[in-house]
Amino acid sequence: MTNIAEGKTPEDLLVLLKEAQDEEGYISEETMIELAETLDMSRSDVYGVATFYSFLSTRPQGRNIIRICKSLPCHLKNYESVAESIEKEIGIKPGQTTADRRFSFELTNCIGACDKAPAMLINDDVHGNLTPGKISQILEEYK
Amino acid sequence: MPEKRIVLKNCGIVDPGNIDSYLEQDGFKALRKVRDELTPEQVIEELKTSGLRGRGGAGFPCGVKWEMAYQAPGDEKYAICNADEGEVGTFKDRYMLENDPFSLVEGLAIAALTIGAKQSYIYLRAEYHYLLDLLNQAIKQAGERGFLAGINIEVREGAGAYICGEESALMDSIEGKRGEVRPRPPFPPTQGLRAKPTIINNVETLMNIPPIIRNGGEWFSREGTERSKGTKVFSVSGDVTRPGVYELVLGSTLKELVVDLAGGENVKLVQIGGATGRIVPETMLDTELSFETILGAGAVTVFNRSRDVVDILYRTMEFLAEESCGKCSPCREGTAAMVTILEKFTRGQGEESDITVMEQLSSAMTLSSLCGLGQAAPNPVMDSLQHFRNAFEERIRVD
Repeated sequence: MTNIAEGKTPEDLLVLLKEAQDEEGYISEETMIELAETLDMSRSDVYGVATFYSFLSTRPQGRNIIRICKSLPCHLKNYESVAESIEKEIGIKPGQTTADRRFSFELTNCIGACDKAPAMLINDDVHGNLTPGKISQILEEYK
Repeated sequence: MPEKRIVLKNCGIVDPGNIDSYLEQDGFKALRKVRDELTPEQVIEELKTSGLRGRGGAGFPCGVKWEMAYQAPGDEKYAICNADEGEVGTFKDRYMLENDPFSLVEGLAIAALTIGAKQSYIYLRAEYHYLLDLLNQAIKQAGERGFLAGINIEVREGAGAYICGEESALMDSIEGKRGEVRPRPPFPPTQGLRAKPTIINNVETLMNIPPIIRNGGEWFSREGTERSKGTKVFSVSGDVTRPGVYELVLGSTLKELVVDLAGGENVKLVQIGGATGRIVPETMLDTELSFETILGAGAVTVFNRSRDVVDILYRTMEFLAEESCGKCSPCREGTAAMVTILEKFTRGQGEESDITVMEQLSSAMTLSSLCGLGQAAPNPVMDSLQHFRNAFEERIRVD
């Protein structure tokens, strides 16, 4: 196996972590150790970066990540009812992943879609003007 | 004062995926003028004449920032566009990137040429990953037409962190680190990315550059107030019938924006500038929107009379506590302490002394935090206590 960080410097760490996550779905302990050694950084520094950003995960995640916005503009449009509908639909609470690894579900801060609140991201897609009734059909698209 | 489209002029008119449609709207004429006719000093002079101030919230004079970086010694310099639009209630940069990415590329290219930056970055928040291809396409098309000779623009993506919209944290993030803020001085124009002279401008600031260069600084300075020239793009959301993006001449009133344009009814209060912004009661809707009064990055969230100010404040502080980078204790501990106190009020279990504690804590955080997050986090607390003190007093526990 070629080293993922060959020829790289500590400045590339964030990019490498994102690449690793794209590949494996999350950032494993082995990846972090390998990066630390190749980039000649301490393991804690690598771990520090990997756990700082909310879009990086050091735990295995579902194939599809639902991030529903919980910030004020979405709260005013009752995101809570949409979140409940998601919970019912996939049977998990925010912070959890379904047993079949189809979905991870998270509450997130403002995603910049307040003009179509309540809104959520599924992977990189924005879904806005949500109602509880729309959820099941939207989730259908994500296998 | 009316709506006026300077920055949004091309939105809805150009095809964001096709540079030809941008060229038809005078696209890249400003960049050509900068290359063929103007010295860097003249560009900076035009910007100073224009009175353009940073649209990311801090309002620093753009010409002065560029001049500092231009004059800073060294060959290695950087120009960065801050597209990490994370302030709660803000989506204007998203709208502009979606509709007119070429204006941003042109503005950033002018910045790079002026200060002498060979490398430039657009730092795009992870939440806007869906805009990455569009931006890369715009850069590629501009390059293919020869507009970017000597300039290299790269889009760097964030990974989900509000604080990275703060310029020093943003630079740390580009350097591959945790996005934690740096003490200042030194300021970025002298020591920024990789400790080299760097300018960091908001998307909207950079999109103001091409029209200023085409029409002249004097033209730009005709609109606005004494110390706030030109227009501002606002993101309006919450209890309004027409949420969206509006561009108004600076000095327009909050009422024009919130009631006349966005259709706010039964307004109780407006939060301007997001989580660290100001809270303005309905009685002050005639307030002017300008750097002299209130502006921020242009996030405007409207709350009607059915909303509870304690709940609004609690949620705002929860957000800030979550997004504090943790580097300095006034912010890390201060926001957490505020959440603890406010949570008591949401349950009707506040104490008389809590109000005093919040006031003292606010002043300590403002004075001693490292960056704008901690310094401005008390804004909504102080404003709420000033305008809606009753709402807190009613929630004090009766033994």
